[in-house]
Amino acid sequence: MEPIRAVGLRKTYGSGNTEVTALRGVSLSVREGEVVALLGPSGSGKSTLLTALGLLNLPDEGDISIAGEPVIRGGRATRDLAAVRRRRLGFVFQKSNLIPFLTAIENVRLGLEINDLRGAGARRRAAELLEYLGIDDRMGNYPEQLSGGQQQRVAIARALAVDPPVLLADEPTAALDGSRSRSVIQLFRRIANERGTAVVVVTHDHRLLDAFDTLYEMEDGALREVPHRPPARDEIPW
Amino acid sequence: MNLAWREIRRQKLRFVGTAIGLGLLFAVVLAMGGIYKGMVEDATLLIDSLGADYWIVQRGTHGPFAERSVIPASIERRARSIPGVSWARSFSTLTVERKVEGKDIRLSLVGLAWPDDPGDWLRLRDGRPIAAGHDEAIVDATAGLGLGDRIPLGDTRYRVVGIAEGMVSSGGDALAFVTHSDLLRISSYVPPEARRLARAAAGDPRGVERGEAEGTQVSAVLVRLAEGADRGRVEAILSSWGDVSAYPASTQRSFVLLGVVDKARRQIGLFRIILVIVSSIVVSQVVYNMTAAKTREIALLELMGARTRVVVGMILQQSLLLTALAYGAALGTGALVFPAFPRRVVVGTEELISAGLVLVAIGVVSSLAAIHRALRTSPTTILAG
Repeated sequence: MEPIRAVGLRKTYGSGNTEVTALRGVSLSVREGEVVALLGPSGSGKSTLLTALGLLNLPDEGDISIAGEPVIRGGRATRDLAAVRRRRLGFVFQKSNLIPFLTAIENVRLGLEINDLRGAGARRRAAELLEYLGIDDRMGNYPEQLSGGQQQRVAIARALAVDPPVLLADEPTAALDGSRSRSVIQLFRRIANERGTAVVVVTHDHRLLDAFDTLYEMEDGALREVPHRPPARDEIPW
Repeated sequence: MNLAWREIRRQKLRFVGTAIGLGLLFAVVLAMGGIYKGMVEDATLLIDSLGADYWIVQRGTHGPFAERSVIPASIERRARSIPGVSWARSFSTLTVERKVEGKDIRLSLVGLAWPDDPGDWLRLRDGRPIAAGHDEAIVDATAGLGLGDRIPLGDTRYRVVGIAEGMVSSGGDALAFVTHSDLLRISSYVPPEARRLARAAAGDPRGVERGEAEGTQVSAVLVRLAEGADRGRVEAILSSWGDVSAYPASTQRSFVLLGVVDKARRQIGLFRIILVIVSSIVVSQVVYNMTAAKTREIALLELMGARTRVVVGMILQQSLLLTALAYGAALGTGALVFPAFPRRVVVGTEELISAGLVLVAIGVVSSLAAIHRALRTSPTTILAG
């Protein structure tokens, strides 16, 4: 059972002369613990694919299953997509998008409370996640008191709050320098290895590709796999 | 974890500043209601305090609070002779302006039926009721006079022997109580030189001018029924008198409210409605802007799959907290400022509760536009960089 599986996704924007086909029958499966990179130039359809996989933007056609459960069939939702996002998907973005009026630990707790996990248990779980990501010493700090790399780690902790089977990341290293970018990708690698999370990362940074199991390239709405030697299962490069 | 509180905690000063600003606006809304209530209380104060069952006034008039009313003082004796009448007292008022202790003061004089009524029903802050038949006065505290001060009225300087509280006329002037005979003396007083000139003009240097004879006129006669009196019979007798009109106290009260206060009530009422609308618009704008400023956070919550109630709750709680804080600021402002108003501002528990409910309604209605905006926020907004 793949954590995420998409079959025959099609998406068209506009009509007539302004019609743009963003997805042309895209199919994709990501295994448990697999870290996948989505490459491609701007406008190739990467973001459309990521928002479709994230259940934010329905495809016109195609099926999507999350953790073995069909959630989109023939371009139509078969489940409460917000509930699926809440329980099964974690998101990380180019900007950390932390809530500025919450401390680091409160931002992580938010991911838990949205899933009705409250109280001491939620606090303990949030603290464990921050410790796992190496920023437990900053848990009482507000986002503005954290560096870009620290903010991104808090955002990853929040995305992992309910241990989702799938983590979707949209250019998570674009705002970081080289060493911090590597550090974030190493984290994804570690999360996939240790937790079995399927990680899909949209990236432009070709220096980081060694850490991915599978590379896909989007071009003009079509997806193709790029030949690539994946790292060993327990290997974290750099 | 309460998101509304968490955000406010991070922007305490801004939030409190906004609430204080709104509080001042709400204080004006409260003041408007309080001024109206104060006007009603002031206008009906004497009618309620004097405790008469009937007011006998000049035929065809609505009585001394609505227009000039003059009836013979002998009506008092006539009324007293009706079976079932406990007491009958003459009533007159006279507004005067005098300079006392270097201050210009305006007083509304009321005659007390001394010795039956020494004014012991008045709430005295200082001093005592009237103890002598002449030359003593009880004055409301708002006149700013002290015990022992002398007020020049007619040919006498009346000594202030008591300071009353909460006794003002429908026009907001301080009430001053003297004996009814003193009041008649004051109202009919003509300066000696004027009296001499009037006699000379009439060609009768030793005659009595008309002013002296007017002392037998009063504004009204108040009638109180004895316990168990036959009200219908008394009413029948009073209405059979062709020279005067007699009204129950409740009718006299409604004449005052409809005549003296009604236009002011409507004016204040309309002004209040405008203020409530302005307050609603201001609260809506504040709440809407607060919501617009966190579009990304709301989009993030939607993207994370937060239930609608999380977002709606955050906006609604902030709106209600803002109005609650503003209400508190309005109460504080009122407690500090209203006593300094030249006229009474009466804000009772009923007004406080109804104002509180109106503000809750404003808080809820004001947040609707912000909630509408929040619910239309697409989670993909967060991906827009």
